[in-house]
Amino acid sequence: MASAPSKLYADDVSLVVVLLDTNPFFWSSSSLSFLQFLSHVLSFLNSILTLNQLNQVVVIATGYNSCDYIFDSSLDLKRSLENGRMPVMCSSLLQKLEEFSFKDEQLSKEEPEGRIKCSLLSGSLSMALCYIQRVFRSGALHPHPRILCLQGSPDGPEQYVAIMNAIFSAQRSVVPIDSCYMGAQNSAFLQQASYITGGVHHKPQNLDGLFQYLMTIFAADLHSRSFLHLPKPVGVDFRASCFCHKNTIDMGYICSVCLSIFCKHHKKCSTCGSVFGQAQSEAASASDKKRKTPET
Amino acid sequence: MASRHVTKRAKYKTTIKDPGTPGTLRLTLEKILFVPHNPKSAGKLDVEFRFIKGQKHTKEGSNKPPWLNLTNNQNGSFIFEFENYSDLQYCRDFVGKVLAKSGEVSEKPTVTYPDEQLSAAEMELRIKLLQEDSELQKLHKQFVLSDVLTEAEFWATRKKLLDTEANKKTKQRLGFKSAMISDIRPSTDGRTNKVTFNLTPEIILQIFAEKPAVHRAFLSYVPNKMSEKVFWTKYFRAEYLHSTKNSIAAAAEAAEDEELAVFLKLDDILASEARWKIRRVDPTLDMEADEGDDYTHLPDHGIFRDGSKDMTESQNELYRRTLSQDINRHAAVVLEGRAVDVDLDDTRAVAEALAWSKQESSTKRESDGDTNQERLARVSRMTEIEDLQGPNNLPSAPLCIKDPRDYFDSQQANALRTSGDALGRTEQIKCSLSTQEVYGSLRQSISVIKAMGLKDPIVKPEVAHQVFDALTNSISTTKYHIGKNPHESVLDRLPKKTKDELLHHWTSILELLKHFWASYPITTSYLYTKVNRLKDAISNIYPQLEEIKGSVPSELRHQVSLLVHPMLQALDAAIQHYEADMQKRSTGSVDKPNGYV
Repeated sequence: MASAPSKLYADDVSLVVVLLDTNPFFWSSSSLSFLQFLSHVLSFLNSILTLNQLNQVVVIATGYNSCDYIFDSSLDLKRSLENGRMPVMCSSLLQKLEEFSFKDEQLSKEEPEGRIKCSLLSGSLSMALCYIQRVFRSGALHPHPRILCLQGSPDGPEQYVAIMNAIFSAQRSVVPIDSCYMGAQNSAFLQQASYITGGVHHKPQNLDGLFQYLMTIFAADLHSRSFLHLPKPVGVDFRASCFCHKNTIDMGYICSVCLSIFCKHHKKCSTCGSVFGQAQSEAASASDKKRKTPET
Repeated sequence: MASRHVTKRAKYKTTIKDPGTPGTLRLTLEKILFVPHNPKSAGKLDVEFRFIKGQKHTKEGSNKPPWLNLTNNQNGSFIFEFENYSDLQYCRDFVGKVLAKSGEVSEKPTVTYPDEQLSAAEMELRIKLLQEDSELQKLHKQFVLSDVLTEAEFWATRKKLLDTEANKKTKQRLGFKSAMISDIRPSTDGRTNKVTFNLTPEIILQIFAEKPAVHRAFLSYVPNKMSEKVFWTKYFRAEYLHSTKNSIAAAAEAAEDEELAVFLKLDDILASEARWKIRRVDPTLDMEADEGDDYTHLPDHGIFRDGSKDMTESQNELYRRTLSQDINRHAAVVLEGRAVDVDLDDTRAVAEALAWSKQESSTKRESDGDTNQERLARVSRMTEIEDLQGPNNLPSAPLCIKDPRDYFDSQQANALRTSGDALGRTEQIKCSLSTQEVYGSLRQSISVIKAMGLKDPIVKPEVAHQVFDALTNSISTTKYHIGKNPHESVLDRLPKKTKDELLHHWTSILELLKHFWASYPITTSYLYTKVNRLKDAISNIYPQLEEIKGSVPSELRHQVSLLVHPMLQALDAAIQHYEADMQKRSTGSVDKPNGYV
């Protein structure tokens, strides 16, 4: 059916790329168990596939050390049958997820204490965008793609540049990034991602009703969204991470050449190599030198 | 009343020339008592106030001594000479008040206020103003009748009100009627061939204004050459000929009677005026472009006048006028408006006044004689040489301002976040488990779900309901309440009584402060007493404001105190200034009498 040559994509056909946070460190400490989470998400994916026959779902696992595709509805065609307890698609997804978990564990190495246990969101975002680019190039007719991040792990400031790049490329190819954050703090990355790409960001208050949130907010296709009032965030956390120490900062120094962000004054831009003048505070006498003006 | 009686030293004079008897003048609410110092001298006086009709007094700064002249209802008068003007002023105010009080009984609160010798019309105007404006009336009652301000002071700041009111009384100027004079239809009696035109002064003025040639002819012929009646008969004969469209007959008549010819010929004054106007038309105006809209190529603009056929005979062209000329002239005159304002009954006077006003405008016209020069300059300025012009379409970036609410919303969220940040930071993943353990537990959940299948039901109905409620609530609040309602004023949320009180206090405070600050610098003793009076009134407001604050329910108290705060600030500033000024006076001018300059 899906491979039929004369497939006609109406404006309500979606390609949903779901980024599933499978960071074991998060799920071992979360109030919502991974079991519950999976059960909500699998039902949600099933609903999306039943909303429209041509809808397509791709699931990417965002692990701690790696990420991988664990489900693609266009390849898995045995969706009609179930083996007694759940649809076949679910069991195949779970199978893949288990394999992914093993691989992810093998990649783990000794790490210094105190590192933020974040998941590899930048990686899965890039994979999602790559997949979408492939769909774009497959022909003139394709479903309307969107990305849904189901994230619980905290932001990894070291991924800042990679994530921002992914966000901007999503913005450029008009792919909205929806995000549903289940962790304790809100995620600045996901807020910015949804804000910049015109997606929806939501942080459910009651995680027991996750399925309801997913269905109410994230199930509607992009065309129908223009008729709906979806929850709007009260504000967006626009803070950036510095490039030098990967700290989240409110105020900092910016390279006037490449716009890299630093939390303190540097002699040279670590990104583009521009040499900065001395900061005014350090050499008030040498006032002819402009602060942060590169001399390359 | 501030005081029930006044006692001052004064001299009583029966006439202005009388040197006067020195003594003590005592004014009470009922009586005027004068007791001479010398008990033997005549001139003891005991008059009841109800016999006093009004008072006059000399102005400070005039070279006359401070006299107060009280007139009684038998046209007699009592003149008192005071030692200084402040005494006079004091007594004058007292008398004014007493007279006003007695006036109140006769239900005319302000008519009997005599200290300015107001005409009855002025008084009536004031009363009318007070009646029309309840706020003003309230203020008047509050300040004038409780002695904070005198009648004169109160109105001094409202001169404009009195003036504009006076202006309004001049009647609206009438313009010309928009009906054309050619519409004056002759009436026939049906039996004889007599044709009657009805002429009113109004029509005469209109004719003069629209037909300068007739106007000129009137000025030169009447009354030397012919009477007014003959003049108008001739005029209407010409008009009649014109209306019959019989240009041959008109030409014949004109040849016979040269005065009649004047009316039939094209108006040369109008023609020269038209030429002058054409010269003033913007030279860059493309008149040819407008020609398509024009009907001038059609006889009488395509409108057949009177349904009669239009004969075009070139030799008689002179005696034909076109409808367009008539309409244009009429429109111009109506728009110009009526220039003369004289009695319309005297035709001669009207004609002269009109001539005079015309002259004025024509001299004005001559004064800008270099119009031609200007016109040439304008032509050269307007004709632009396109090759030499810079490109017109400069690059521009459209200004894009997004919904400003986004900005404020995010600011609000930032504020929320910083408060919640300290909490969140500590909640970083407390991971006591080893890597193997966490992966193990993850895989365990996966195998559980594989074995058990999906939960049934996935979400409990009550939880789903909660989620719906919360979402609907948050969507509707962000939609309707954030950054909205800038129009809802704080005042509207207050109870009506409080709102009215606050507004009234504002107006009264403004009134007081206006007088207060206008009294500085204090140069006369009069201003000094006035400032003192005002200061007392100001200090009386403080407890009232406190009372308002106390009277509102607690949830509104903050709003009210926010509103009251600027009032208090304004009052504080006044009091502060008053005290500083007082201090300066007491230290700097000890030698000056009474502490004022």
